[in-house]
Amino acid sequence: MSSPEPRWTLRGPNTGDRAYRVVLTGLALVLPLLILVLFAQLVVSALPAIAKFGPSFLWTSTWDPVAEVYGAAPMIFGTLASSFLALLIAIPLAVGVAIFLTEFAPRWLRQPVAFLVELLAAIPSVVYGLWGIFVLIPFLRAHVVPPLKAVLGWTPFFQGAFYGNSLLAGGIILAIMVVPYIAAVSREVLLAVPSSQREAALAMGATRWEAVRSAVLPYGRAGIIGAIILGLGRSLGETMAVTMVIGNRHDIGLSALQPAYTMAAAIANEFTEATTDMYLSALFEVGLILFIITVAVNALARLLIWRVARGAAVGSRAL
Amino acid sequence: MSAHHPVLQSLAYNFWYGATQALYGIDLAVPRHAVTALIGPSGCGKTTFLRSINRLHDLTPGARHTGDIRLEDTSVFASRSDPVTLRRRVGMVFQRPNPFPKTVYDNVAYGPRLNALAPDRELPDRVERALRRAALWDEVRDRLREPGTSLSGGQQQRLCIARALANEPDVLLMDEPCSALDPIATQRIEELIVELKQSYTIVIVTHNMQQAARVSDYTGFFYLGRLVEFGQTEQVFTRPADERTEAYITGRFG
Repeated sequence: MSSPEPRWTLRGPNTGDRAYRVVLTGLALVLPLLILVLFAQLVVSALPAIAKFGPSFLWTSTWDPVAEVYGAAPMIFGTLASSFLALLIAIPLAVGVAIFLTEFAPRWLRQPVAFLVELLAAIPSVVYGLWGIFVLIPFLRAHVVPPLKAVLGWTPFFQGAFYGNSLLAGGIILAIMVVPYIAAVSREVLLAVPSSQREAALAMGATRWEAVRSAVLPYGRAGIIGAIILGLGRSLGETMAVTMVIGNRHDIGLSALQPAYTMAAAIANEFTEATTDMYLSALFEVGLILFIITVAVNALARLLIWRVARGAAVGSRAL
Repeated sequence: MSAHHPVLQSLAYNFWYGATQALYGIDLAVPRHAVTALIGPSGCGKTTFLRSINRLHDLTPGARHTGDIRLEDTSVFASRSDPVTLRRRVGMVFQRPNPFPKTVYDNVAYGPRLNALAPDRELPDRVERALRRAALWDEVRDRLREPGTSLSGGQQQRLCIARALANEPDVLLMDEPCSALDPIATQRIEELIVELKQSYTIVIVTHNMQQAARVSDYTGFFYLGRLVEFGQTEQVFTRPADERTEAYITGRFG
């Protein structure tokens, strides 16, 4: 503020600039505003259900449109469980693909494979669902579930009969759908790791794998966490493919072989038959919960990435 | 030339990046416990040669060589001398400080942990010894748990030297270790290099001829992929045998 006059006054006020700024500011505010409106709308529509069932909506399991009693616990559980299962499968696969493509694959193979993996993201969700019903589930029934039950049948996670539509099938479909996101972002992150880090590790006597594990992955950790969160955000809200294979049953069970339900699937399946106001309001409350969970997960992740990245950035600026 | 048997020996070493030949018939004997400087204009092959010694070219697509480089009379390329063992004996310090995004302590402990050189209880001693040798201990003894990347540029480079020394190598390769540092940090590294030659054989690539004159005992002049001249530093700088060497060190080209 020590300079006599801000520079722009020397040229005189510029109407074009001012108009441009007003328009851009307006445009920039539209999106946050849209989120707030969406949130407000959900709250208003869910209000009757919130008023009637209170917080117990979150942990009761009855979903009875006839008696007008609603509890969303099974859907919340199913959403979290199927996404957890999906990440469990997708993280090693996707990060492995990213490591392979950046560190080990022959050069001519890298671009084509990266392209094909990313192409998985372009397949419509309903096609995944169809594939799940006609290919994945029969395959699971014939080749995967029997050995799984034989080895791990004693754990609570693989109890009961397998009828096809199940948490397991939903988790696997979700995993396939989020792999391209996690793999593509992780690959970008690993490509951005400076080669000086790799060389430092190699020059210390690290094997190529040790260099990846002890230098490249730690350097890219924040970005990989970001990639995983992106995948999680995608899988929490995924609707079509999941509803086609997960079984859509209001029940909480630890067994991955049992049918389950997710919030997104319930909303998509039931809003057409939600004939009473309370039914509709309950579905809106489910949507509100899904909205809050997704926003919270993303916010938490951004916070995490921001903190880790800030720690790394301090050092990289000094270099 | 030193009366000692050379630690490193390069025999008719040729090197290609794809179709481009970068080094032509390099014959060079690196004397033990001395500082050997490799000088020459940019692109003359000195860094390529340095990175051949610890086989860092192994991962460069299209890289190939003929001839041999021997460490204590064993070819570094022999199928049984695995690059991992080789690199433990031949440490390297790079142009820009490249500490890992880990603590100061973990940076130095990296090599001993990786190569399982010392049991865990001896690790702190080993880390301290390496940091003392790199003349960094007094500055970081209270900051061992801070990230290595939080140190100043010169400290980071000494941290990288400590990291290399923690492996207790025989040979230390330095690729323009001061090119990213200010004059004071550079001076500290140069003093350190002179001190380290008591215990290590050092090969340093440098663009800075004053630096070569200050720290090295032997100097090799590279030009267009050939080793034009090699000898005691004093002789190379005061009575160069080749007129290209003379032209370069007197600043007529480069």
